[in-house]
Formats: sequence, structure tokens, C-alpha cells
Amino acid sequence: MPETKYMNPYLAGFFLGLILLATIYVSGRGLGASGAVKSAVVSVVENVAPAHTAGAEFYKEYSGEHPGNPMKNWLIFEMAGVIIGAFVSGLISNRLKFTLEHSSKIKPATRVIGALIGGALFGFGAEFGRGCTSGAALSGMAVLSFGGIITMIAIFGGAYAFAYFFRKLWL
Amino acid sequence: MHSHIFLESFGYKTGVYMGPLVPDIIGNELNLVAALFIGIAFGFILEQAGFSTSKKLVGLFYGYDFTVLRVFFTAGVTAMIGVVALGHFGLLDVSLIYINPTFLWSAIVGGLIMGLGFVIGGFCPGTSVCAAAIGKIDAMVFVAGSFIGILIFAEGYPAFEGLYKAANWGSPRIFEVLGMSQSLFAFLLIFIAVGAFWATTFIENKVNGKPNPEFNSKPLYAGLTAIALVIGLSAFVLPDRKADMLNRLSDASFVNSFPCKTITADELAFRLIDDDKDLQIIDLRPQKEFDSTAFPKSFHFTIDNIFEKDIHNLLAIKHKRNIFLADDESAERKGAVLASELGYNNVIILKGGLNRFMADIINFKMPEGTPGRREADTFRFRLKAKEIIPVLIQQNKQKAGSGETKKSKRIVGGC
Repeated sequence: MPETKYMNPYLAGFFLGLILLATIYVSGRGLGASGAVKSAVVSVVENVAPAHTAGAEFYKEYSGEHPGNPMKNWLIFEMAGVIIGAFVSGLISNRLKFTLEHSSKIKPATRVIGALIGGALFGFGAEFGRGCTSGAALSGMAVLSFGGIITMIAIFGGAYAFAYFFRKLWL
Repeated sequence: MHSHIFLESFGYKTGVYMGPLVPDIIGNELNLVAALFIGIAFGFILEQAGFSTSKKLVGLFYGYDFTVLRVFFTAGVTAMIGVVALGHFGLLDVSLIYINPTFLWSAIVGGLIMGLGFVIGGFCPGTSVCAAAIGKIDAMVFVAGSFIGILIFAEGYPAFEGLYKAANWGSPRIFEVLGMSQSLFAFLLIFIAVGAFWATTFIENKVNGKPNPEFNSKPLYAGLTAIALVIGLSAFVLPDRKADMLNRLSDASFVNSFPCKTITADELAFRLIDDDKDLQIIDLRPQKEFDSTAFPKSFHFTIDNIFEKDIHNLLAIKHKRNIFLADDESAERKGAVLASELGYNNVIILKGGLNRFMADIINFKMPEGTPGRREADTFRFRLKAKEIIPVLIQQNKQKAGSGETKKSKRIVGGC
């Protein structure tokens, strides 16, 4: 069966806005994504090298702010939901398929390296930005946070500034 | 327009829950269940919008597909309008929700690094998980990459900490930093969004060499502009509710002529001694006075607090007698008028304020001469109350420690 069309972006945006609003009304906080990966990092390091996390400043600050099991975290549950929700959406729209998507002008290996480096940069930057496109930019805009909106401008401004140099990856 | 009539038509009344529902109405465990369901909706919409393919995402940066901008801006503006509106109608206590903090340099540097990661990797963390869920191998690699990036930050933290914590501005709102009203900023943001929708569609058509019929309808932009105009203008027509109400409280003739239910010092004394289960005292005195001489069943608040969730949770309980207490009656009146205007019922003031209560009960002296029979009863009661009430205050102080007031704290969110 062919893939169904994507939803009208304004309608999708309206729904996404309502989901974010409901999140703020119920949980008093916005959506997020990179924070869940951070919880996973802390959890893995705690299990692999407990002596190390007890001494290193980053993990001490994290457990000071998030007491208890790092996996019993709001964002971990939310991202578990994202996997389910996206999978269901892919299922009903006939988009479930293992593929490595890349521009026809680059090799698959180039795409893999790009995704790995890009992911690492995004994760690293999200720590400095105290959130990513979801947690800092989108949620920050909803509550009109100055820091969140500055981060949003920097993400998109930065992407436009660097886009020219990486055009061969995409065009 | 009297706003309380308007508010009542919006159901702003007792029985309506003021957000955020966490932690008192929804507990911490249930909040995690809520997170799961919120995530399901979030992931579903991201995938339906087309955020599960890097080609569509980076289209934004090369001008051939502005889907991300359309979805992102519409969502941000929708949620922003919702937060402003819920706050305006007293359905959300904005002082309790998480406002992303501002660490200026860290925000800028982090954002630029994320931008670089975006054009190299083709995803952001949320969209990569969404795309990985439908089988995109490049997205799975991106997720692994983000894990490594965060690990590098964590391990190198001592080197990054200086920049990470520099220029801590607290959690200012953008309209405060720009020195404009929230309504004006919201209005501008809506227009920037609609302008961006229109301009990027124009660019998209140029880059692709052919128009996308879905986004080229004039009615669509006319409709969006009309909606933006209506919402934006209503932000100007609706005055800042809080400032407006507080402003009206400074009009003495309005406050003094407002019909307030009253309770006498004798009746309050009786109810205190009787341990009346329906009694709730809203103590508006300075914190120091409250700490030293709080009545049982009393809670400390300021006039500003009356807009917030803690007092809402008390005043929204049905069948309670809420006595507003201050040293003099005019201060009680201000609080009671404000609470009535906000739609709360059962708001009562102590006649003559606490000054009168002190004179009539605590410092009561038997007047000279022979009292009438009814007066004699009152005087006998006052002599008794004079002994009991200071004991009740003392007991309350020991039992509650620093009083019964328990303040809600701002929620800690973020990534």
C-alpha cells in the first residue's frame, strides 16, 4: 500500500500546540527530548562505573537535581510515549520500513557518519542550551522564556549559517 | 465591563481546577503516566507532520520545504496564546510553571552547536527518536550520536562548567527583558509567524520552481491573518486583568461600597472556641505578625497571592466560611473584594478588623454600671473567650511550628 500523505502542517502545528498546552496545564512543564537521553547516559554510567559517578561533578549535580532512579523520570516516560505514538502513526500511514535515508549523491556511509557527528553535536549543544528544539526552543516559546527564545534563535540561525557548507550532504 | 460577570461566564468558579495539576491534584506517580500519554500524542503528531524524515527537516535550511517552520511556529504560537489566556482567566498559575532559565552565553553557544548538528545530522533529538521508531537507520545512528555527545559533555563537565553557568539572568520572560507588555509581545509574535508563513511559501515556490497548491491559496493566508488579528486585538481589548483589578482596589469608594458579608468579633470568637469545621481564616497581616499570633485554621497570604493556586485550593472548597483577617477592616475589605471579583463565594470580613477583636475580646474589660440581660450574657462570654483564645493561639503555634501555610513551589522542568 502507498504511504498516506502527511498532515497539513498548520493543522499538525495546531494539534502540537494543544498537546504542549495540555502538558503545561497538567504537569506545569513543557515537552522535551534531549533530557531523556541525558537520563539514559547518567543511568548507564552509574551502572557501569558507580565509583566514577560518585566523584564526578556532573553526575553529582544531576542526582542533586533529580533524586532517585534516573530512569524514573518524566522525560523518559514521555519519550517512551513518543516511540509508541510515532510507531502507531507510521503503522497506520504505511511508513514502517527499515531504511537508511540519504541523498542519492552521497554514499550510505557518509550519511551514517553525518548522523553520528550531527547527533553528537546536537546532544552536546543541548547540554549547554539546557534543552533542545523541544525543551528549550518550542517549550520556551510557549512560556515566553527569554533564554528559551534566545536558544531557539541560535539553533535556527546557526543552522542557516552553517547550511551552505554542508549542502552536498543534502542537495 | 465588570470582569467578574465575564469570568463567571467562563466557568471561573469554585470547583474549577487551577493548573498546574501537579503535584496536588495529580500525584508524582500519575504524572509519569500522564507523561507517557503526552508522549504518545507528541510522537504521533511529529510523525504525521513528516518529522520522521531528515529530507523534510533540513528542507527548512535549503529553502525547498518549510514544513518544520509551519508546524513549529503554529505550535509555539498556539501554546503561547493558550498559556496567556489560561493565566488571564485564572485557570493556570503561571508563577508555578517551569520557565526555562536564561544563562545567556551558554544558550547562544549551545544553540549554535545544535544548529551545526542539525545541518550535519538532519535531525534534532525529538525528531530522531520519532524517525527511529518507524525504522529510519540514520535516525537510530543520530540517537546514538546524541548519547555520545551528552557523555562527552558529562565527562568534560569541569572544563565546560564556567561557560555553562556564566551570565545567570534567572528566569526572565522575553517581554520583561524587552520592556513591553505581554499582550504586545504576543501580538507581535503572531504577526511575525504569519509573515514568516507567507514569505517562506514564496521562497519555497522559487526554489522548487513550481508552486505547491496546498499552501498557495489566498483564503488560507487571509484566514490565518484574520485569526491572528482577532486574537491579537482581543489581547488589547482585554486589559491586563491583574493590574486592572488591583487598580480598582485603590478606588476607596468602590471598595467601601462593595457589599461584603461580615462576622462580628463575638461570633468569630465563638466559632474558634467551638472548633467550627467550616471555618477558614485568610490572614492578610504581615508574615511576622502571622508567625507570632496566628489563629487556628488560619493561612497566611498577601493580596497578590489571591490570584494564585494555593489560595484557590482553599477558597474553592465548598461550604467553607472564609474569614479575611487584617488589623483594620479596610485591609480586609480589599482582599475580600478582590476574592469576590475573582468569583469566590463565602468570603467574609471581620467587622472592625483585628483591632476591634483585640479590644472586644482579648483585652476586654467589664464596663462600669449594670448591664442589661442580653449585654450581661455577651460580657460573660467575652470574659470566658478572653481566657480561651490566647490558649488556642499558643497551642496552634506549638502544633504548626511556623504556622499552617504551605507554599507551592515552581515546578522543575527542562531537559
